[in-house]
This record gives sequence, C-alpha cells and structure tokens, in this order.
Amino acid sequence: MKIHEYQAKEVLRKFGVPTPRSVACFSVDEAVQAAQSLGGKRWVVKAQIHAGGRGKGGGVKLAKSIDEVKTLAGQILGMQLVTHQTGAQGQKVRRLLIEEGADIKRELYVGMVVDRQTQKVCLMASREGGMDIEEVAATHPEKIERVFIDPEAGLKDAEADDVARKLGVPEAGVAQARAVLQGLYRAFWVSDASLAEINPMILTGDGKVVALDAKMTFDDNALFRHPEIVAMRDLDEEDPAEVEASKHDLNYIQLEGNIGCLVNGAGLAMATMDVIKLYGDSPANFLDVGGGATTEKVTEAFKIMLRNPGLKAILVNIFGGIMKCDVIATALVEAAKVVSLRVPLVVRLEGTNVELGKKILADSGLPIISAANMADAAEKVVAAARGGRA
Amino acid sequence: MSILINKNSRVVTQGITGKTGQFHTRMSREYANGKACYVAGVNPKKAGEDFEGIPIFASVKDAKAQTGANISVIYVPPPGAAAAIWEACAADLDVVICITEGIPVRDMIEVRDRMRKQHRKTLLVGPNCPGVITPDEIKIGIMPGHIHKKGRIGVVSRSGTLTYEAVGQLTALGYGQSTAVGTGGDPVNGLKHVDVLELFNDDPETDAVIMIGEIGGSDEETAARWVKANMKKPVVGFIAGVTAPPGKRMGHAGAIISGGKGTAQEKLAVMEECGIRVTKNPAEMGKLLKSVLK
Repeated sequence: MKIHEYQAKEVLRKFGVPTPRSVACFSVDEAVQAAQSLGGKRWVVKAQIHAGGRGKGGGVKLAKSIDEVKTLAGQILGMQLVTHQTGAQGQKVRRLLIEEGADIKRELYVGMVVDRQTQKVCLMASREGGMDIEEVAATHPEKIERVFIDPEAGLKDAEADDVARKLGVPEAGVAQARAVLQGLYRAFWVSDASLAEINPMILTGDGKVVALDAKMTFDDNALFRHPEIVAMRDLDEEDPAEVEASKHDLNYIQLEGNIGCLVNGAGLAMATMDVIKLYGDSPANFLDVGGGATTEKVTEAFKIMLRNPGLKAILVNIFGGIMKCDVIATALVEAAKVVSLRVPLVVRLEGTNVELGKKILADSGLPIISAANMADAAEKVVAAARGGRA
Repeated sequence: MSILINKNSRVVTQGITGKTGQFHTRMSREYANGKACYVAGVNPKKAGEDFEGIPIFASVKDAKAQTGANISVIYVPPPGAAAAIWEACAADLDVVICITEGIPVRDMIEVRDRMRKQHRKTLLVGPNCPGVITPDEIKIGIMPGHIHKKGRIGVVSRSGTLTYEAVGQLTALGYGQSTAVGTGGDPVNGLKHVDVLELFNDDPETDAVIMIGEIGGSDEETAARWVKANMKKPVVGFIAGVTAPPGKRMGHAGAIISGGKGTAQEKLAVMEECGIRVTKNPAEMGKLLKSVLK
C-alpha cells in the first residue's frame, strides 16, 4: 500500500526523523492559511499524488509571497499531473502540501528496501540526492553505499556513522545523522514497510540532515496489524477497477490492451497474458480469481472487465485442480447470463472434471468458443477480437 | 529416489484442524501412500484428539517423538505461520513445506535469519507455494494429484497453476515426473530454483528439468549461472510476465519489476546465455523438454 509524502513524513517524524514544517491542504484557502501560519518568506507548494517525478511534471513550485502561494495552489490543485509514473493521462491533484522553504546546502539520497538475495533490509545511500536513484544505480553503481541490516541488531551505530561520513556529513553532524538513519530503519521495520525513501535528504547550512521529501510503501500482508496505516489509504489514487476488484477478493490489474483475461493463479495469469501477446494481441488486464471461483466472483470479474470500452474479447483460462471444472463452468454460465456479454468469450478448461465442465458449457446454449489448450485459446481469442470467426 | 520427499516420508500437518488443513490433509492422504505417510497433526489446544484417525499433538516436537515424523506441512493462517515454520525447524525436521499465503515479509526475514544463525538443518519450501509431489509415492500440498505421472523429469517453479500446466503438458506427451517442487511466490522464502536444481542434479532418477520462473528478483539468473557451471542434465525454461508492466505487483508479492530489474527479458537472456533452452510460449513447455531429450 502506498501513502502520500505528507503521510510518510508524519510516520517518519514519529521515529525522530526531522522534516521541514508543513501543512497538508485540500483547498486554495487552506493553502493560503497554511502559508500564513507557517510564516517566513518562502514556501514550497507540493502536489500530493502517489506517483514519483512530481517536480519534473510541474507539481512542485517555489512561492516567494502569499499571493504566489495562492496562484500556484490554484494552478496545481485539480491539475492532471503527468509524470513518468502516471501514464499519459496523468493523475488528478486533490491534496497539497505547503512547506516552509529549506536551507539546502547539499542534496543526498537514502532509501530502504527488502533485499531478496540476503533476506535482509538494505539501506542505500548516495551523495547523488534529488536524482532518480534507479538512474544512479544504472550509470554509477559505485556511488551508492549499501548496508545489509542484521534483523536482530538493527542498524548499528558504527554502520550509521560510516554511512553518514560517506555521505559527507561534517563530523559535528554525524551523531544527528545517525539518529535520523536509525529512525528511518525503525520506521521501516516497525511499520512493516516494503520501501522507504528520503530523496532528497538535505544537509542544511548548519550541518544537519532533514527529510525534504519522503516516500513509503507498506507490505500488504502486514496491514492486518497496522490499522493506523490502513487509515492513510487514499482510494482516489488507485485505479477504480482495481479497488472494485479488491472488494470481491479478485486480484486485478488494468492494462492497455483489449483482450480481457480471467485466470486462476498468478503465474498462469501472467503466462496467459504472454501467450495473447505472442499470438499478436494485447491483454486488457491481469486477473487472478484465486482458488474459489464462485458465480458471484466470476460475475463481478466479468462486470469489471466489461467496464472497459475498448474490450474486444474475453479469454477464460482455468487449470482446475482443487477447483473443479464443472463448478467453474456452472459459474461461467450463470455469470454470462447475468451480465449479457457484448464480446466473444473463449474458454479453456483443463484439470479435474474437465469433460463435465465442457459439457455444461456446450449445453448452455451460450455462444462460448471452447478451446482445447492454451495455444488454441490464444489463437481463437485473438481471431475473435478481430471479428474473425474462430 | 526423487528429491525432498518419497513414500517413506512421515508427515506432520501444522494447522490440521483449520478448514484448509482438513481439506488438503484428506486429499493428500488419499493419494498414493498417503495413508501411511500422514502420521500426525499439531494443535496445542487439541492435543490427544485426532483428525479422522490422525493423532493430534501439542507440538511438532511431541509429534516427531511419538510418530517419527520428519516432514512438516503448514496450513497455519498468516499471523502465526512464521512461528509454525520456526517450530518445525527447532524440532529438527528434514523439510518444512509452508503452503500459507500472505505471511508478512518481516516475519519471514526474522525466521530465515534465525534459521541461518542457528545453522538449522531443516530445508524450507515456500511459503505461498503449492507444495511438493513425488508422483505415485506422496503428495504434500494443494496440487491436483491426478495430473501427475511417475517418471524422470524434474519440475521446479515459483507458481501453482503454471506448474500444473507444465506437468499437464508433460503427462500428455507421456513424460512422467520424478518430483515437482513449487518454491512459492513470496520475496523472502526458503529453497530457491538453484537449490532445487542442485537436488535434481544429484538425483539418479531425474534425467532433465523444467524450470519455470516469473518476473521479480534474480533467482532464475542465479540458477542459470549455476546450471552453466555445474548441471549435468538438460534444463529447459519458461518465464512468465513478458507482458507485465514495471511497478505493478502481479498477484505474487514477489512478482514485481522494480528499478528495471527482474524483467522476463533479462531472465530469458541470461538463461539462454547459460545454455538453458527457453520458450516464450507457455503452451510449449512440454514440447521444448521433449526436444532436448532426443
């Protein structure tokens, strides 16, 4: 689960990571009030959307007067902010962060992720702050310091001090930087994060480090023990179809093609998308119905796929193991009756009770195109999407 | 011989009294030598009772002492699943197979760390995996038994139904399997492709291996490099997720392309460089394997 910058900063402050003073706002009036209450002569108006690259997209601006705060807040609130992570349609800005101007001497990078190889949390740090760290990793991997953190001991004093020195923190500031790095690690560990990033972390004129930006993503599997994080979820930032799907316990991701897929199992679902591509078309979505495809779930899955105006055909690919093919076939037939399918439906069933399942589909009188295997299914659905006879 | 499990394995089921545990214990027991293999269950609150004749013990340690169980399978719900893994390791079982999906990553980091620091001998398969099957001998997990056939092809994969797809293709072409292993879809897990390949390499009853991967991480690349240096048997492969966009988690917590790493294209390229024949068509995994045996 992702959260906004201002929320990530709230989390980090609880663990002793300093940030500039700031106020989250939902309207231009609130933004003006926020700037007035913060005082000072310079404010940063920051769009709050989940995607990265906000600055380059024009969503982060410096204001030198209250009037300018008002103008910029008016421009940014409600805009469709396009960044390299939003796609061409962009993301609508509904929240702002008004932040006091900071005294920036240098911009640094620190981030944390779970490293699968060592099975530890990895601290990454670089003097190349403010830049896309993935770019730094690709072009100058030697500029990134890495510490693999012992889960029992946590980030040790010596490790944190070493990182601080390598980042160029002056000797007098090393103890403060250590507290910040350890605070970041505690925030990551205690709140079950899967990613935490401070980019940039700035070194101020008086030699202190401060989190100028913050990004945190959390492990969905651990949300059950973090109601305080679940409360920060912003559904406006998520794809409506994906939100609807998650209510029905369906694992759905919207893609850009025009062939809908309904599959059981994540691996097989990805493979089904791949085989559609291989036969010359593109998947409209990833959809894993999981182990229990009931009539209700299949109906909802069809409804969600059919919301897509560009949908040309649907491919159902089920390898029935524990889930029996006759049960699936019945669910498909019932669902197809309820939603009145406007596109061709190709069904490939395999596994337990497959003959019975195929018979149920054939006897239903519905115009279902039956496929013998994955290749046959892909060929037929691609042909059907193009309006040809399969 | 097979790998990891065979007809002489004795299994304790952790989470035997839950709905999932009950269902799959029944199915597994009906498969091949299941009646002799499934010897114990664990539930501290129901010690002394039984599940359809399988005695229930208070702990894995008790179950091992009383029945000689050497393998555990876990259906415990996510909040307690990592503790269940540790209990099996602390009891020095040979293998623990964790089916549970949805375990917090932090819990897995902690249990894996403890396993390493204490040099536990127990091998972990999973979590979030379909399990392990040695056809006609023993099935431990949630895979459908009847699609398998006894034979000499090893199968290793991170996913469930995609493994069934490969097994189904092999069986249809007349090729049986020595053992099929699902290593699971989570980012922090036990055995990886490379570990399973090593076991297949040493197994005199395995002639060739199908390795099925997916986007995310670098397990497949590691395995491919090991194959190039050490493997004496042909390996063929498929990677799911060529069409998956970066930054989106495709169902499995481990299946995410991040920072341009872990793409299917990268994995396929490394595998080919290392002499592993690959297909981009998941409908042709079986055919590909057939082609290298001739």
